[in-house]
Amino acid sequence: MHDRELTFAEAIREALAEEMRRDARVFIIGEDVAEAGTPFKVLSGLVEEFGRDRVIDTPISEPGFSGIGVGAAMTGMRPVVDIMFGDFLGLVMDQIANQAAKVHYMSGGKLSVPMVFRTTMGATRRSAAQHSQSLHAWVSHIPGLKVAIPSTPYDAKGLMKTAIRDNSPVVFFEDKMMYKLKGVVPSDDYTIPFGVADVKRAGNDITLVATSSMVQVALGAADLLAKIGVSAEVIDPRTTLPLDTSTLIESAKKTSRAIVIDEGYEQYGVTAEIASVIADGAFYYLDAPVKRMGAMNVPVPFSPVLEDVTVPTEQMVFEMAKRLCGK
Amino acid sequence: MTEHIDLEQSLHMYEQMAKIRAFEEKVNELYKSAKMPGLAHLYSGEEAVAVGVCEALKRDDYITSTHRGHGHCLAKGAKVDRMFAELLGKEAGYCRGKGGSMHIADPDSGNLGANAIVGGSMGIATGAAMSAKMRKSGQVAVCFFGDGALGQGLFYEVANMAALWKLPVIYVCENNLYGEYTHHTETAAGEFIARAQAFGIHTEIVDGQDVHAVYATMQKLVERARRGEGPAFLQCNTYRYYGHHVGDINRAYYRAKDEEADWRANRDPLTILATRLIAQKLTDASVIARIDAEVNAEVETGVAFALDAPFPDVREVNEDVYA
Repeated sequence: MHDRELTFAEAIREALAEEMRRDARVFIIGEDVAEAGTPFKVLSGLVEEFGRDRVIDTPISEPGFSGIGVGAAMTGMRPVVDIMFGDFLGLVMDQIANQAAKVHYMSGGKLSVPMVFRTTMGATRRSAAQHSQSLHAWVSHIPGLKVAIPSTPYDAKGLMKTAIRDNSPVVFFEDKMMYKLKGVVPSDDYTIPFGVADVKRAGNDITLVATSSMVQVALGAADLLAKIGVSAEVIDPRTTLPLDTSTLIESAKKTSRAIVIDEGYEQYGVTAEIASVIADGAFYYLDAPVKRMGAMNVPVPFSPVLEDVTVPTEQMVFEMAKRLCGK
Repeated sequence: MTEHIDLEQSLHMYEQMAKIRAFEEKVNELYKSAKMPGLAHLYSGEEAVAVGVCEALKRDDYITSTHRGHGHCLAKGAKVDRMFAELLGKEAGYCRGKGGSMHIADPDSGNLGANAIVGGSMGIATGAAMSAKMRKSGQVAVCFFGDGALGQGLFYEVANMAALWKLPVIYVCENNLYGEYTHHTETAAGEFIARAQAFGIHTEIVDGQDVHAVYATMQKLVERARRGEGPAFLQCNTYRYYGHHVGDINRAYYRAKDEEADWRANRDPLTILATRLIAQKLTDASVIARIDAEVNAEVETGVAFALDAPFPDVREVNEDVYA
């Protein structure tokens, strides 16, 4: 069983099912989460096992059912709220940033909001400007939230279980282009702590910090770099909040060069925060400026030829790394 | 209306209202003498709503409150001294000084917190009701909000779900005629209750200055909710004696002084109740005066406690960000 493979979507579903079996307080609420299992079919089969009292279809009312989730979390339940597209965070931001994130602090620690907002990210699905954004930077800005952004089926399952068991609100981003990605996922009960980065590939010459689907891009670039004699280390923070700063800094100290790759908009984004952490923490060890590669600062276009140039690719990361290494 | 409400309970409701009035008058004084940081939205004039509603609830029933929330918190069971301490940013406050006037929460008395986003707690209250239903706890949730909050879309989303799922939530609309500095006729089309009726939600309109009327109506709505008959919308017509906040002094541009004087003279909730009890020869003026003196003393003691209480250690600033 140890080498069993699941898709990213199956790993998420397994984590939810295991947690729902373990804890009767856990329930799922959102649009078309029950029989439909969401448009991405991530939740298929859950309503059959857990019933409509625990897998609850809602009207198209993201702020409403998010707010209901906050209230349920404050009063003894552990909701998993499904926000179908990350772009809809714009609708829900008051409930996430002003309510869920602040209740514990504002009440002097007396109330807590143990809930998960599951949502999606990722472009190149030809879904255009309102269904393609990667907006994890928005919520990573807010104290009181935790933000998980897994890159593999293994991490997705372990991080989801941690998210559900956490007593603070967690926003969990799933790249919809990765739902069919396969990987080894143990069938046993394991969790992955937040704030612990994972070295996806060890190397000595340059650090590639990458998140979510950009981890695959970075690994591809690392293969290309190996062919020209550059040893790249690929590090996945796995959570942007909390952020494992020490692993990032230590790697940059070792390699003396770093590129941060993330699918959020480049301006004021996750890449900026991480680059700043590295520049500050590894300043005396760096041989080159820390570079950032994010999504282009344009609304995501529809036409495939336009959309494809907005997201970092293996080749783009390879070229940037090559230049930084003076090759 | 009053036949099922005995004297003891009536006097208790008077005491609660008098306590809120005395508390708010003291808050105004603290603010004007620059002893209070920030600002406050006073509840004076609206006491019968909070007291009539909370009197119909059990201690473990939930409420969510608003920026004008001191009355709700006290009516649900919060103590004067710790309320003042919170308003002054002291460690002994209900939120250890981290919430302040607009964020008082007291889970021990079922208070899930005041909310400074207008209408912001409508989801929380509805979610608490859903949680109560899922846990089969028999609790109900009350969502206090002002007439101005009906401008927020969140209400229509959660009221729809509350009706679909027959959740034990009661939406209490405190219609004090003004959203901030604007009369509701300029901001709300149609009738308030029609908005809830559109979802098939049971509605009532009550004189929010008559605590007996609020209590009796609320009792019916709470019983319905506990029986599983679903949500209700209670419109309480009331009036805030002061401005939107303590600094809103010159109000003539949006409401007449005559109007304010008329409500104070003829529709004061404390006077209405006291006059009724005395007219019915259930009590006399000396009993009312004694209650007034007792709550005034409680408020004086409470404010003295809060003024003397220590501020939080600054190292606590990082605590309670995460649970």
